[in-house]
Amino acid sequence: MAADDTANKHGPDIAAAVKDALLSGLVALALFGPLIGLRTEQNMRNELVIQSRWGLVAAIIAVIVIGRFLMLTLVSPALARRRERVSATPEHPSALRQALGKWFAPASIAFLFLYPILIVSLLGFQGSLKWVDNFGIQILIYVMLGWGLNIVVGLAGLLDLGYVAFYAVGAYSYALLSSHFGLSFWILLPMAGIFAALWGIMLGFPVLRLRGDYLAIVTLAFGEIIRLVLINFRELTNGSAGISSIPKVTLFGIPFDASPGGFAKMFDLPLSSAYYKIFLYYLILLLALLTAFVTIRLRKLPVGRAWEALREDEIACRSLGINTTNTKLTAFALGALFAGFAGSFFAARQGFVSPESFTFMESAIIVAIVVLGGMGSMVGVALAAVAMIGGTELLRELAFLKTIFGDNFNPDQFRMLIFGLAMVGIMIWKPRGFVSSREPTIFLAEKKAISGSLVKEGHG
Amino acid sequence: MSELLQTAPAALPWENNPVLAVEHVFMRFGGLIAVNDLSFSVGRGDITALIGPNGAGKTTVFNCITGFYKPTQGMLRLQHASGATFLLERMPDFRISAKARVARTFQNIRLFSGMTVLENLLVAQHNPLMLASGMTVLGILGLPGYRRAEHEAVERAKYWLERTGLTPRADDPAGDLPYGAQRRLEIARAMCTGPELLCLDEPAAGLNPRESAELNALLLGIRETEKTSLLLIEHDMSVVMEISDHVIVLEYGTKIADGTPPEVRNDPRVIAAYLGVDDREVEVVEERLDQIVEGAAT
Amino acid sequence: MEVFLQQLINGITLGSIYGLIAIGYTMVFGIIGMVNFSHGDVFMTSAFFALIFLLVLTTVFGMSSMILALIIVLIIAMVLTSLLSWAIERIAYRPLRGSFRLAPLISAIGMSIVLSNFVQVAQGPRNKPIPPMFTGGFEVMNANNFAVTLSYKQLMIWVVTAVLLAAFWYIVQKTPLGRAQRACEQDRKMAALLGVNVDRTISLTFVMGAALAAVAGTLYLSYYGVVNFSDGFVPGVKAFTAAVLGGIGSLPGAVIGGLLIGLIETFWSGYFSIDYKDVAAFSILAIVLIFMPQGLLGRPEVEKV
Repeated sequence: MAADDTANKHGPDIAAAVKDALLSGLVALALFGPLIGLRTEQNMRNELVIQSRWGLVAAIIAVIVIGRFLMLTLVSPALARRRERVSATPEHPSALRQALGKWFAPASIAFLFLYPILIVSLLGFQGSLKWVDNFGIQILIYVMLGWGLNIVVGLAGLLDLGYVAFYAVGAYSYALLSSHFGLSFWILLPMAGIFAALWGIMLGFPVLRLRGDYLAIVTLAFGEIIRLVLINFRELTNGSAGISSIPKVTLFGIPFDASPGGFAKMFDLPLSSAYYKIFLYYLILLLALLTAFVTIRLRKLPVGRAWEALREDEIACRSLGINTTNTKLTAFALGALFAGFAGSFFAARQGFVSPESFTFMESAIIVAIVVLGGMGSMVGVALAAVAMIGGTELLRELAFLKTIFGDNFNPDQFRMLIFGLAMVGIMIWKPRGFVSSREPTIFLAEKKAISGSLVKEGHG
Repeated sequence: MSELLQTAPAALPWENNPVLAVEHVFMRFGGLIAVNDLSFSVGRGDITALIGPNGAGKTTVFNCITGFYKPTQGMLRLQHASGATFLLERMPDFRISAKARVARTFQNIRLFSGMTVLENLLVAQHNPLMLASGMTVLGILGLPGYRRAEHEAVERAKYWLERTGLTPRADDPAGDLPYGAQRRLEIARAMCTGPELLCLDEPAAGLNPRESAELNALLLGIRETEKTSLLLIEHDMSVVMEISDHVIVLEYGTKIADGTPPEVRNDPRVIAAYLGVDDREVEVVEERLDQIVEGAAT
Repeated sequence: MEVFLQQLINGITLGSIYGLIAIGYTMVFGIIGMVNFSHGDVFMTSAFFALIFLLVLTTVFGMSSMILALIIVLIIAMVLTSLLSWAIERIAYRPLRGSFRLAPLISAIGMSIVLSNFVQVAQGPRNKPIPPMFTGGFEVMNANNFAVTLSYKQLMIWVVTAVLLAAFWYIVQKTPLGRAQRACEQDRKMAALLGVNVDRTISLTFVMGAALAAVAGTLYLSYYGVVNFSDGFVPGVKAFTAAVLGGIGSLPGAVIGGLLIGLIETFWSGYFSIDYKDVAAFSILAIVLIFMPQGLLGRPEVEKV
């Protein structure tokens, strides 16, 4: 019986595959034919006219048909064979894998601290700018946001689709208070966090009794409301134009500028904007590590265990005397606190904030990072942030493709398209994210990782 | 009959200083009356069984006691051995467990399946640990006071692991345990809250005879050493008759019998309500029914 | 009074469009308990299908009868959008059915990003205006120099919506497909045991929702005369609000919710400030969910202990 099954699986049915591939091609023709083949363009008189691009459609459909055929005849059987092998041999992580798991986190933290030095020594101060700023700082902001949201979604199991609202509160708190009252970053950083946490409690209080998708939608609504208020409350926020020339961060009073008291003069270094970027890099690295430290610590405290218990079974929690509303609120407020920190850093780094930076898409990206990473796993979330944000930043580097496809080809516009496809692809490949197992917070005799299939994803 | 019971309290041991007194409780869901004017007492230190056919309203009563439902009407008075009194119908569910110290298990087991057995038992000690961690602040700083409290909590968990025979599985995820062990873990978890009254919703459901016997021993042991009063819903008559001191029978939300196991066993209304429970018993019941019908006719 | 009447007319028109989109959300949620996040972008894509074929018919084939063109475009858009939704369900949702609860939601958000960016790449980021299709209308009332008009476009939207909703209602209530759908909604496993083809039923649910979204997309294009790749999100969220307001899972609820959201939005813009009309819609969503999560016509959810 089993032999029969495997025989069936291993011998791909060529005729069926051809049929399936052709069918896929037909569907693709129907959908892509109009959307790609008939491009609507405005002519000189501002009228829409159709430009046909049948060559492109033909190429895409050919790729789909051949790809589908290869998928059915080669890839799927190979995957099935591999799955069989994996399920036949009991799960036993190799020594190498275990060592990797143990040393991965410290090694990557050490790497992150050495990263700017490495880049500067390789590319010089000027050459390092892009790598420190676009990659280093950008990714670390999302790592921090991912870790912050991980508390809410990954640990407490509360799906928050409006997380970016707290990021916005932090950013605008810093932007407004520093430009109006001239307060320094170091005072405003904690304040921005606290404001965001207060907003978290205020918004959280009415909505946390909702469950599952309803909570997700209400948080989405709140996120949008905050963004729309930022756009329309022009007296305070300057509307869509945003707030510009936000003061920079100082190194405990030492500004990063060309003034006599500035950083470069003080240490007798040649002027360069790279110092500020490197300083910002270390700042966000420390903020992110603070988030990680607090989260790891909290997981081992009663409140952290209560979050995870809440994710597993809310009713059982209540039967054990846990005040679930307060427990949810602490998760919500703490997540918001870290988003507030990240927001004020973001405002200081950009020197400019506008509602554009706080759209639903931002929230979706952060949630995607948490889920793709594997809910609750710090390492997984960091990996997902590197893959998704680093990946899309890398796509910006594809300018050389212009030499192949001509000047009209703009690789940048494919960034989000590929991002979306990656989201779908990763979910289908690993529905529980990169790291699906859960580390127990305490053990008597032996620490055993818990398989992801037992860990619940929360109801609300 | 229920009036009779209330006018003669001295005769019934569980009416004396009961741990829980349920008085005239009604529970309506829309037009449906799930619990109809129910009154009974749970004696201190007793094992009290709540039985009745499916849909009789037993779990609804449990949900009222543990605060998951608010009764439409009526009073649920819980009294600790220390004399502290709580009106459960006025308390939110988590406070009933935290303050009135009523713990419960669930008919369809509700463990934190992705957490280890030990973690399950620590979550049960959330409130004292939360205090010891200074509402998290002291804990995050890693002060010794919290570490001591956590150590004590682990010791308590180990004690209950030992009692329920789960020590070898302490570091395994709860969801990986076999069914019977999950039932025991749920009881251990409830006991870790240090309850005055432990409510068990069908603890023997799905257990094999050996496990069922072990459960009986465990429950008797809990009463013996912890002085906890037990209220249980059970279909397994062998468990009910063997270990309980007092049995209350519900049918359609109304109490039809209340007494010691032998009294209830011989009550014709109970027998009628349970008709068909056991093949062997059916004949006996039918015989009895015939007698009753004849008696009524003559 | 005049303003009131005019806003009423405008609100019903807008509400019809929301209602048509809302049905897609409510049906999918009802049958597999999933918020189909990409539905708003499916709606947007359908408007692009309509745009493209309208242009093909008028500029390439030189068709002059607007009504005929619109009917043809509507049918093509419905067919293609259904196909699109079927393909999305097949590729992005079906492999995740029965797995981790958040996986389909993330996949749907990903699909929504894919759709809007795909349309942006394929059709360009600019607004796509079309020449006005039907001009003129009935003057319902004229007082104090304020003419209350019901334009032909609006009337057309009312009629098309009513006719298609009736047809749709018939399918859901009277055909074996509708029965299979309701069975799957109640208990998918049991339905499968009784011989209902669950996969097919779910696919058809997506297809029906998409067909109605295509109607909405075509009407949206003809009403506003312009469409953009980013037009999926806000109508999508509002339609979802409508579905929730009406009671998610309830079909008449979705239509009533859609009408209410349309009316609230137009009255808010008419009487208060147009700036905050979206804030009003989102606030209503939040308030409804907080105070009556079952919506107007939904069944209350009982917490099982």
